[in-house]
Amino acid sequence: MVEIRDLHFAYDKRAVLKGINMTFPKGKLIAIMGLSGCGKTTLLRHIGGVLKPTKGHVKVGGQIIHDLDQDALYAMRRKMGMLFQFGALFTDLSVYDNVAFQMREHTSLTEELIRDLVLMKLHAVGLRGTQHLMPSELSGGMARRVALARAVALDPMLIMYDEPFAGLDPISLTVVGDLVRRLNDALGATTVLVTHDVQESLKIVDYVYFMENGVIVAEGTADEIRASDKAFVHQFVHGEIDGPLPFHYPGGDYRQDLNLRT
Amino acid sequence: MVPTFIEAIRETGHRSINAVWRIGMATRFFFLTLVYSGNSFRRFHLIVKELFSTGVLSLIIIVVAGLFVGMVLGLQGYETLRRYGSESALGSMVALSLVRELGPVVAALLFASRAGSAMTAEIGLMKATEQISAMEMMAVNPIARIVAPRFWAGVISMPLLAALFSAVGVLGGYFVGVIQIGVDEGSFWSQMQAAVDFRDDIMNGVIKSLVFGTVVTIIALFEGYDAPPTAEGVSGATTRTVVTSSLAILMLDFVLTAIMFRGT
Repeated sequence: MVEIRDLHFAYDKRAVLKGINMTFPKGKLIAIMGLSGCGKTTLLRHIGGVLKPTKGHVKVGGQIIHDLDQDALYAMRRKMGMLFQFGALFTDLSVYDNVAFQMREHTSLTEELIRDLVLMKLHAVGLRGTQHLMPSELSGGMARRVALARAVALDPMLIMYDEPFAGLDPISLTVVGDLVRRLNDALGATTVLVTHDVQESLKIVDYVYFMENGVIVAEGTADEIRASDKAFVHQFVHGEIDGPLPFHYPGGDYRQDLNLRT
Repeated sequence: MVPTFIEAIRETGHRSINAVWRIGMATRFFFLTLVYSGNSFRRFHLIVKELFSTGVLSLIIIVVAGLFVGMVLGLQGYETLRRYGSESALGSMVALSLVRELGPVVAALLFASRAGSAMTAEIGLMKATEQISAMEMMAVNPIARIVAPRFWAGVISMPLLAALFSAVGVLGGYFVGVIQIGVDEGSFWSQMQAAVDFRDDIMNGVIKSLVFGTVVTIIALFEGYDAPPTAEGVSGATTRTVVTSSLAILMLDFVLTAIMFRGT
């Protein structure tokens, strides 16, 4: 479904992606993990055709997505669903209208049918009762769940989630994790999951890529990742402070910054 | 000394290039808005929804401002005309001032401050919260879905607001001139009727407000769409909308007045 080959990308002169190679087979749920700023969201934006690579290519459904003209790109995006990091709900529309948005824009379904579909999608994320609320009346976690319902409104073939588990309470976390897996299997879709939540993700994913500083540093199935003896993977999976992944952004000498005598 | 001088030239050049680039981008944005406007007219309810926020919500400020401007015109006009014994011409003076100049110009300035700044802030925040990116990812063109309905709502509501401003202004002038000061009511209205020409005055005023509506709305929309996706970026864009629109209105008013009323 998705094939990424030798993908390079830079914001001005700052290289973000440095030769990424990935393959997402149809029907699989793939997770991309890594520390903040490692290029995960940028990679997702390439798959959606939002950004153009400086080198390499991204093929979706056999077509190089960044070579498509606007009509072809929009036709391709109709088969995609994307959950944005902060939900990105339309603030001037109610919860109901947000989920109904794509149905009204891209289909000629009757309002009765749209109503049933919207309520089913909202029910799946446990928020049918919020249909009349505005996004400003939702908590962060609820907004993300509504955004999830909206992302899968048209039963897409490629679903992309950018941090779907952030800000969710433990019950919602389990429900949403389960929903992501069930949706993928029910639709026969391909799912790309960008996340920090290692434990929840490893329960549901088929394959994991670990990224660091714009390159893939490890990959494997959930079991392989759990059993991995690579220092990077071990540190990330177990959330350890000591290891190859630095917590501190590179800076000068701490004592010097505090004007302390050595 | 020399490096400072070179730096100043470089800075001037940089600012000039940036200004030309932004004018080019805004022009391109304007044409894209026109190209993608078909959807707005096919789904006219999108325009109607925006007409409420741009037009209806601007009514209060337009009516109140129009009333006071008309009352001030009545007072000032009476004081001036009285020196020449022409108090009876107060009606035509108030009406011509409003229909030709003050109606379109002041209504457009108020529209830029209220509706224009609101449009910029709304679209800037939509961009900052990734709503525009989300729309693009849903294969919905944001210019067709967000920008075009707001643009046409602005273009439609501006002449109506300007007309309302003038009408209320005339009533304000009537209240001060006729009811408070005691100018003859018959001459107030008859002089007005005789002096105001439908094509030369009213239609030219409508054309002015259409031009102002187009310019203010496209500036507001472009600034919002082009705003850096930060709180500072959106606030800066909102300020630029009001400043740029106001200057554009005053500059265009001179140009249009020179073209329309030359020789009349």
